[in-house]
Amino acid sequence: MAAGSTYTPIATTTGTGSSGVITFSSIPSTYTDLVLVSNFETSTSANAYYRINGDTGTNYSDTELYGDGSSVGSSRRSNQALSYTTYLSGSGQRAVMTTNFMNYANTSTYKTFLTRYSNASFELGAEVALWRSTSAITSITLNLNNSANFTSTSFFTLYGIQAA
Amino acid sequence: MIGAITAGLFSTGVAASATSFESIATVTLGTSQATVDFTSIPSTYKHLQIRFMARNTGSNTNGYQALQYNGDTTNGNYYFYHFLDGDGASATAGNGGTNALSLAGRSAGANATANNYGVGVIDILDYANTNKYKVHRSLTGTDNNGSGLVELSSGEWYSTAAITSIKFLAGAGGYNFASGTTFALYGIKG
Repeated sequence: MAAGSTYTPIATTTGTGSSGVITFSSIPSTYTDLVLVSNFETSTSANAYYRINGDTGTNYSDTELYGDGSSVGSSRRSNQALSYTTYLSGSGQRAVMTTNFMNYANTSTYKTFLTRYSNASFELGAEVALWRSTSAITSITLNLNNSANFTSTSFFTLYGIQAA
Repeated sequence: MIGAITAGLFSTGVAASATSFESIATVTLGTSQATVDFTSIPSTYKHLQIRFMARNTGSNTNGYQALQYNGDTTNGNYYFYHFLDGDGASATAGNGGTNALSLAGRSAGANATANNYGVGVIDILDYANTNKYKVHRSLTGTDNNGSGLVELSSGEWYSTAAITSIKFLAGAGGYNFASGTTFALYGIKG
């Protein structure tokens, strides 16, 4: 069996306190999977969404499983122009989130990504999301709504995993 | 106005580096087949991780898949599953008792959207230890823009033997993995 080191950091960025958009661009196609690790707070209450390759079409959908401390549930969003991830209140709530973008560079299948998020003072959950495109993923943007910004204590690292 | 932060490649000085996460082997199916096998797994790692993109030939949108270790097909040697599922409408938990195999997440079936595969990450902890039973956990899911399932699950093999081979079965062998299905095995040093 072949073996080789992988799980390589591709790029890291931090929040500035004045922007609600984080973008990883010019992602190479040389890996098999991508893993985006995010640890962030927001300046005010906001939802965080992924957008892939700048696609603003209604090509995103997701299925979510969550627990909020008193109940568990599941929700779905279809034909969305962004891919929902999680919500933060902006009052000191911090989210840690890991998203696996599987086989992101292949050009024959739609792209599915798996997210685990924890926002200990609000909820935790898991999501599977679909981007209905066969294009290779070359950029990933994490956007906040409600004119919120990522705080300067927010950081984001994108890793590449290459299969043998 | 919302500004934008762009992280270009290596723009922050983060260099690629060797890590303790290593690729061991990958299987990509060119034709439909019932199982995917990893054999001769070295004992030199602490944990294993399997990352997959899978579709099956069954009449389902989210069919289950299973695993067996070291060729052990004995009924009662596995705990089938505990799972926590979300199907877009409600959360469901379940358990499966003992079995001859163990749940290893879900894959998209023949009724799923075309060009769509289920994906997942399976962790097998302390796989080479010869003093404890082996537990695995998985996060898997398929979304079909209107249907889908995300699942957390776990299973156990009641054996203290080091894991040297893993067989993935589409369903319980009732259907096949479709062409294009990919399973990648990684080792994590400890």
